[in-house]
Amino acid sequence: MRVTVKLFARLRDIAGTPEMTREVAPGATVGSLWQELATEFPEIASYERSISTAVNADYARRGQVLADGDEVAFLPPVSGG
Amino acid sequence: MGIPLLSIGTAPLALEPLIAAVIERGEATGSDGAVTTFLGLVRNHNVGRKVRHLEYEAYEPLALRAFERITAEIQATWPDVKLALHHRIGRIEIGGASVAIAAASPHRGHAFSACRYAIERVKQIAPIWKREFFDGGDVWIEGATADPDDAAARAEAERVACV
Repeated sequence: MRVTVKLFARLRDIAGTPEMTREVAPGATVGSLWQELATEFPEIASYERSISTAVNADYARRGQVLADGDEVAFLPPVSGG
Repeated sequence: MGIPLLSIGTAPLALEPLIAAVIERGEATGSDGAVTTFLGLVRNHNVGRKVRHLEYEAYEPLALRAFERITAEIQATWPDVKLALHHRIGRIEIGGASVAIAAASPHRGHAFSACRYAIERVKQIAPIWKREFFDGGDVWIEGATADPDDAAARAEAERVACV
């Protein structure tokens, strides 16, 4: 199944794109998708403990199982205001 | 009329429409005794750097949901408060407003507290980022790890808001 990955701020800069699509196996989670990206882009691995994650524009935990067509966002520490 | 209570976009911000919006929504017109406002500005210095301008980006649909959550939290603590919250994204020059908040209540204490609480929670849980362009380079500012369910963060926002 296929999911859309959205990256923001410095994570977007590191990956060089704000959005990408990825094939994931059934049972894949937010966390397993993150691990794949951290392998592909070693620089983002340092965000392991500080990112937040969202699925379909709602905050989600890393254990959440992905469904086909999901939009998964990885969010570095925020700085609005 | 026509002014949303919550918004995020590239248009310049002004407080007057927010003030009008929160007063209009008073349950019985005329019941509010106070409106407090907050305007966050782009500052020309930060940790010793001379700032030239900022660029904000957001995960907009989630940012609006975060604003809705902040509104709900305020409703739970101060049921008589009406809140408006607008955040600007894109490039903002020095002195420009990045965030505008208005809180109306029959009581000034609730209005002050809710306004302060709202900006603290924006900084904690809204998926918005600022990139600082300064003399000599640029850097993404990274503050809090956003977790709406972090009870300690919420308690800290309540503490500074004098709940």
